[in-house]
Amino acid sequence: MMSVAQRNVAAGRAAFDIQSIRRQFPILAQTMRGKPLVYLDNAATTQKPQVVLDTLSQYYAAENANIHRGVYALSQDATQAYEGARSKVATFLNASEPAEIIFTRNATEGINLVAQTFGRSEVGAGDEVVISEMEHHSNIVPWQLLCEEKSARLRVAPINDDGELVLDELAALLGPRTKLVSIVHMSNSLGTVNPVREVVELAHGFDIPILIDGSQAAYHMPVDVRALDCDFYVVTGHKLYGPTGIGALYGRRRLLDAMPPYQGGGDMISSVTFERTTYNEVPHKFEAGTPHIAGAIGLGAAVDFLDDVGFDAIVSHERRLLDYATVSLSGLPGLRFIGTAREKASILSFVLDGVHPHDVGTVVDTEGVAIRTGHHCTQPVMDRFGVPATARASLAMYNTTGDIDRLVTALSKVREVFS
Amino acid sequence: MSDLRDLYQEVILDHNRSPRNFGSLEDADGRAAGHNPLCGDRLAIAVKIVDGVVTDLRFDGSGCAISKASASLMTEAIKGKTVDEFHRLFERFHALVTDQNASADDATLGKLAVFAGVRDYPARVKCAILAWHTLRSAFNESHEVVSTE
Repeated sequence: MMSVAQRNVAAGRAAFDIQSIRRQFPILAQTMRGKPLVYLDNAATTQKPQVVLDTLSQYYAAENANIHRGVYALSQDATQAYEGARSKVATFLNASEPAEIIFTRNATEGINLVAQTFGRSEVGAGDEVVISEMEHHSNIVPWQLLCEEKSARLRVAPINDDGELVLDELAALLGPRTKLVSIVHMSNSLGTVNPVREVVELAHGFDIPILIDGSQAAYHMPVDVRALDCDFYVVTGHKLYGPTGIGALYGRRRLLDAMPPYQGGGDMISSVTFERTTYNEVPHKFEAGTPHIAGAIGLGAAVDFLDDVGFDAIVSHERRLLDYATVSLSGLPGLRFIGTAREKASILSFVLDGVHPHDVGTVVDTEGVAIRTGHHCTQPVMDRFGVPATARASLAMYNTTGDIDRLVTALSKVREVFS
Repeated sequence: MSDLRDLYQEVILDHNRSPRNFGSLEDADGRAAGHNPLCGDRLAIAVKIVDGVVTDLRFDGSGCAISKASASLMTEAIKGKTVDEFHRLFERFHALVTDQNASADDATLGKLAVFAGVRDYPARVKCAILAWHTLRSAFNESHEVVSTE
């Protein structure tokens, strides 16, 4: 007799051709430690579809030139492809215009950019920046640096035992001294999906701008920055099935126009004399030097790919998979989930009684299963739950119930070794 | 392809379950704390030295099986040895867990040879070596936290 999760999976199979999806990711055909690779470390980085690889290769083979400068055709084509990618990312996030998209190295740089420009001009002594207890280090440390420099104060909204944001407590932290709220859309170590629309409303109730870290959310669910009404939103390309070294920051035009530049250099200026430099318009004001042109174009191909597959299909496939995995792992003796929010997606963080997560990771590795173990760059979350680390399986569109079964078998082997 | 049992040998599993010389040590001559940020391993080592000979040492803390067993077996190996002997053994142990060509039959390593399997798991070398770095730091009477990063 089939379990509820298995029945759901069977019912949904027709709508989503998982094998055709998998065929587009060449790495999935590989073995690891002599066994077919089961890749469940998607929260760290996702694998790349052939169309992204081809786009990168085609760019370097046939389209490579520096952008925004050359009068020759090749340079104009490269410029068009780069700016075309910006438009694609703008559409992907539903920004009002492409100029609201700034290409960065990754989400971390997006947050640092806001801290170093908006933050340094708006946050002063005695002011406050509000984050949550479930933030990735990349949404903690840039604000600590800023607060230290400005004698400002970092305030932290707590989470409950299920790993959910305590909204009342967050609301209580907001006030006239709060200059920015910066909050994660979806937790990388707990899987919690935060009610970001409500947090935006709370912040805007005090006229406080809000940044949302979409590193995890943006490849699991559709993101609409205008519907969210957020002021900044950061994503990273390599988790969007795109290349490493490229990310994007969405910023509300009005704020971007008022912000000072980030780094100085070529492309971000209108004119330079030794006496005075005037800065270029947004987004170029924030993109000094030759950018990662190939990466941006590759990211454009990745968001096209996501659009082709469609978030309706991705969300329902990953939902079924998460339910199946949650039921399957719950059956393992001594397993405890860290992160049991009602609203969660695609991440299963857990500890096994009596076995350190690092040993769990090594044993399942020998079974060809790639999971992450450690603190996931969220040490305060580990402290909150009183564990040094967790094991984390994270899902993407190409994972299957077979992958989950392989994980369960591998985890049974952990018990055999450490019985 | 190495087998899992080459890494998690019975001796290692035994010392993970029941670590030897585990706990605190009063009147220590040297103390140090070690931290492996990658996996969150934390351990503290205290050592008593009389005329250059380690007369007692204890470790405390939490960590994975490899780091705990390594600390436990190290304390057994070092008790009664001189500080100079520790430094020589450190070099041999380091080679054992990192160098594919190092011999696991080196008699001076004794039971420590069970860690030879670690060399096939580069991500786990830091776990095996943490206790050794920490003890070296305790000998130097440095009270700073050492890190494998």
